[in-house]
Amino acid sequence: MKSFSKMVYPYVLWAVIMIIVPMLMIVLYAFTVEGNDVLTFQFTLNNFSRFFSDPVFPTVLWRSLKMAFFTTVICILIGYPTAYVIARNAPSKQAVMVLLITLPMWINMLVRTYAWRGILSHVHMSGEIKVYIGMVYNFLPFMILQIYTALSKIDPALITAAHDLGADNVQTFRRVTLPLSLSGIVSGITLVFLPAVSSFFIPKFLGGGRYVLIGNLIEDYFISTGDWNFGSAISLIMAIIILISMYVTRKLDRQPAEQEDD
Amino acid sequence: MEKKTGIFEKIWFWIIIAFFYLPILYVVFFSFNKSKSLTNFTGFSLRWYERMFESRPILEAIGYTVACAVIATVVSTIAGTITAIGLSKSRKVLREAIHQVNNLPMLNPDIVTAIGFMLFFTSLRIETGFWTMVLAHIAFCIPYVILSVTPKLRSLDPNMAEAALDLGCTPFQALWKVIVPQIRPGILSGALIAFSMSFDDFVISLFTTGPGVSNISIYVYGNVKRVNPTINALSAILVFVITAVLIIVNVIPMIRERRKGKNVSAEMAEGGAR
Repeated sequence: MKSFSKMVYPYVLWAVIMIIVPMLMIVLYAFTVEGNDVLTFQFTLNNFSRFFSDPVFPTVLWRSLKMAFFTTVICILIGYPTAYVIARNAPSKQAVMVLLITLPMWINMLVRTYAWRGILSHVHMSGEIKVYIGMVYNFLPFMILQIYTALSKIDPALITAAHDLGADNVQTFRRVTLPLSLSGIVSGITLVFLPAVSSFFIPKFLGGGRYVLIGNLIEDYFISTGDWNFGSAISLIMAIIILISMYVTRKLDRQPAEQEDD
Repeated sequence: MEKKTGIFEKIWFWIIIAFFYLPILYVVFFSFNKSKSLTNFTGFSLRWYERMFESRPILEAIGYTVACAVIATVVSTIAGTITAIGLSKSRKVLREAIHQVNNLPMLNPDIVTAIGFMLFFTSLRIETGFWTMVLAHIAFCIPYVILSVTPKLRSLDPNMAEAALDLGCTPFQALWKVIVPQIRPGILSGALIAFSMSFDDFVISLFTTGPGVSNISIYVYGNVKRVNPTINALSAILVFVITAVLIIVNVIPMIRERRKGKNVSAEMAEGGAR
């Protein structure tokens, strides 16, 4: 049996080269001067001071975070009732309903977002609202599926018990169903907020070119401008903010569980 | 959960479904448009389909997408399965470490993973192109394969492989004839996830490919500024193919299960009669 454990070693090597080293490269580029050679690095914090001294960059960052935040909120507000409706159906029907939700996800995101451009060209609305529609459209299924999974795991006996003990529908929902489905909401938040912050083709397709988010900045600095050091610094700032927000979200999930233990 | 659904719940659900399917139906509908317009339907025609099949860049993009997805799926499924089996027998420290490292590309936004690859390839002076894209796809697919195989391994009886070895199997035989058949569903779902992730990938491909090599997503991205109805035709064909595949994949097991369910209930009824 011991011999099987050796089968991990190639992947350990691979993971170091293909996962860890590329991540370190971003950090390295973010803290160095442009045009450095593989062997001679010139360390600097200029990329970061440039980001925060020019009002344009923090504004874009703030806009992206705001947009991702509201996209997530809208996805919860629409996704929760939808997941709830699915979970209230008979199991055989639930499978079909989930299938109906997942089917469109198999079709290329860019293709679906491109189609929205055609649809939304019929209506007059600001680029911002169009970007919101595109974001919610692309990320809502993830939220629905996560919440549905959590809801479908709830033992129906708990609901019956709550009713038997005199709780009305609202109380049952607030004190039993909602806390038990919180884990689904939290994993849904991760799956919506994360891609929403960094999305760059949705604003590009639907925002009419004027609506720039942090992902567009990163793309520009890497593909058009070719200033990789500054682009890396922007990515690093974004990655750190995302890490912190994910950490906070996970805390939210654990707290009620800990209370339950007491 | 209670099993009473009111009319409002039904209406709500179908509004959501309409929202999800609207753009897909829209793009299929306008792929048959006679004119170039994306807003006015002027008549039925198949000219955009003809145009699409004459377009070299589109056919190349389809070819690159399929080739990349197939290679990435095969390699990442094999590598991921081998690693997952190895991990199930390794020390907890290593298992945790690999798990954390695998989380990096899964929890990081795609664009961060993508620029990591790009910086990595260019620093090593590797010319980016089809193969760098394939490498990147393999790298981001393996963690998903490991994730889908691992639960199946956990429910595996560790004595089985041991018994096979005692009965004279070589380690490879024990692996191939005893372990792999038991974790096959996990391997298959891992392969399916890998294929769909690779097939639909945009961000990582955009940053790791080289000049002249575009997959479908990159082609759509690059051609979205001009009005280009061939994209509609391409999209519609993707919709047709994927819908057909999904119906086959999803409906067949459902029918089979229903039949099985019927058989079981029939047997139970028989048993009850006896």
